[in-house]
Amino acid sequence: MHLEDLSRLLSEHPFVHGLEARHVAFLLGCASNVVFQKGDFLFREGGPADKLYLVRYGSVGLQVHFPAKGTHTFNTVGDGEVVGWSWLVEPYVARFDSVALSTVRALALDAKCLRRKCDEDHELGYQMFARIAQVMERRLHAARLQLLDVYG
Amino acid sequence: MASLLEPGVALRPDPMVPRLVTLERTRAETADTFTMELVAPDGVTEFPFLPGQFNMVGALGVGEVPISVSGDPQTPRTIVHTTREVGAVTNALKQLRPGAALTLRGPYGTAWPVEACSGHDVVLIAGGIGLAPLRPVIYEVMRQRARFGRFLVLYGTRSPEDILFAKELSRWRSQFDMELLVTVDRGTEHWRGNVGVVTKLVARAPFEPRETVAMVCGPEVMMRFAVAELRARGVAEPNIHVSLERNMKCGVGLCGHCQLRGEFICRSGPVYSYDRVAPLFEVREL
Ligand SMILES: Cc1cc2nc3c(=O)[nH]c(=O)nc-3n(C[C@H](O)[C@H](O)[C@H](O)COP(=O)(O)OP(=O)(O)OC[C@H]3O[C@@H](n4cnc5c(N)ncnc54)[C@H](O)[C@@H]3O)c2cc1C
Ligand code: FES
Repeated sequence: MHLEDLSRLLSEHPFVHGLEARHVAFLLGCASNVVFQKGDFLFREGGPADKLYLVRYGSVGLQVHFPAKGTHTFNTVGDGEVVGWSWLVEPYVARFDSVALSTVRALALDAKCLRRKCDEDHELGYQMFARIAQVMERRLHAARLQLLDVYG
Repeated sequence: MASLLEPGVALRPDPMVPRLVTLERTRAETADTFTMELVAPDGVTEFPFLPGQFNMVGALGVGEVPISVSGDPQTPRTIVHTTREVGAVTNALKQLRPGAALTLRGPYGTAWPVEACSGHDVVLIAGGIGLAPLRPVIYEVMRQRARFGRFLVLYGTRSPEDILFAKELSRWRSQFDMELLVTVDRGTEHWRGNVGVVTKLVARAPFEPRETVAMVCGPEVMMRFAVAELRARGVAEPNIHVSLERNMKCGVGLCGHCQLRGEFICRSGPVYSYDRVAPLFEVREL
């Protein structure tokens, strides 16, 4: 894929909306365009959390596996959302499985590259933390509502 | 002297006097939810209603409960109620078999603003049993589909087994121009759809916020967050409508059971535009 196309895809993703152009250009250096087929894993529990995925299209299931009970999907993530924040906090290990439930097109941002750029440019680091914190806040809030079993 | 429960009398001067109706059919929707089709004993009396209105439905010798009408407003000879079994009366209703008698008062309360949706995108957000009071809106929109812009139904429920009207929803989605997004709190191994709270569907649903009328029905905590998401997308408060539920006794503004501050929900509700009801949203059960 041409760099201009990758740049356009990156700029279109809601996660980077509002970022300064120089920061988007910075992120571009860490980005690649990826496709997962249904059933492919983006991460596996206990494996390295080495990517941040900006989902462009498709559905990703966040799952845990219980021995003898099977696999349990506790959340799905779709168009315009992101998968993975363990890359930001040590020990950089994925906490759960994430699997493509359909064809998934995403931008993969390499975690080491991201962390290095965040170290080099604290303004970018702040922006990344602020955005990931927002994702975490929404997921936590959604998880609480699920726990409350509001339809019960 | 006329009997208190006079069969099949269509218009009674006293709104507190129930009518006797017959259970024609009952259908299990899920493990705890069932749909009853009721008719007048004469089979011809009509029960006109507006989408969003409710009846006080009575199990003889047990009690009465408010239940929204879930049927098609254009088939008023059959009155349809979809009910979740939670306690004494709803349990008694669930036990009834075809031919059984029960009582009905209504219809009461305010309606969903279907007419005001003309030319707008229409977004329905339902949680759990909250899909039942919205189903009459779906019938109406489908009947006059060309009058409306985009039509979206965002539906959240506990698990795939708890999805109401599953066949009907997928038929509507395939035959008509209706976008249906379903999410469950707990997926199963075979569920390939969305998992998570219904409110998160709002952020990515394809509608034009400034041209949208939204109707929200479900548990109050879910409605609060759905309204917040709609407002965040830019839907104006007067264009967001919610249905409030409070314990009811008379259903007609006499007893005060359903009172929230100065409002009797049975009379000025249950359907309100959000700008009107926002201060009441935080008031807990009295
Ligand atoms: C305007 C209006 C429209 C309604 N429409 C519908 C409808 O279409 N379908 C439907 O199934 N229900 C509907 N309800 C709710 C329904 O009226 C109650 O579930 C019913 O009154 C419960 O009566 P019960 O005697 O079976 O249970 P109760 O013996 O009164 O209660 C048993 C248990 O259930 C709990 N409970 C009571 N009400 C509810 C409730 N609303 N939700 C969850 N738990 C409850 C109580 O806290 C108690 O723990 C509506 C309520 C209102 C006010
Ligand atoms: S239920 Fe009696 S006043 Fe509303």
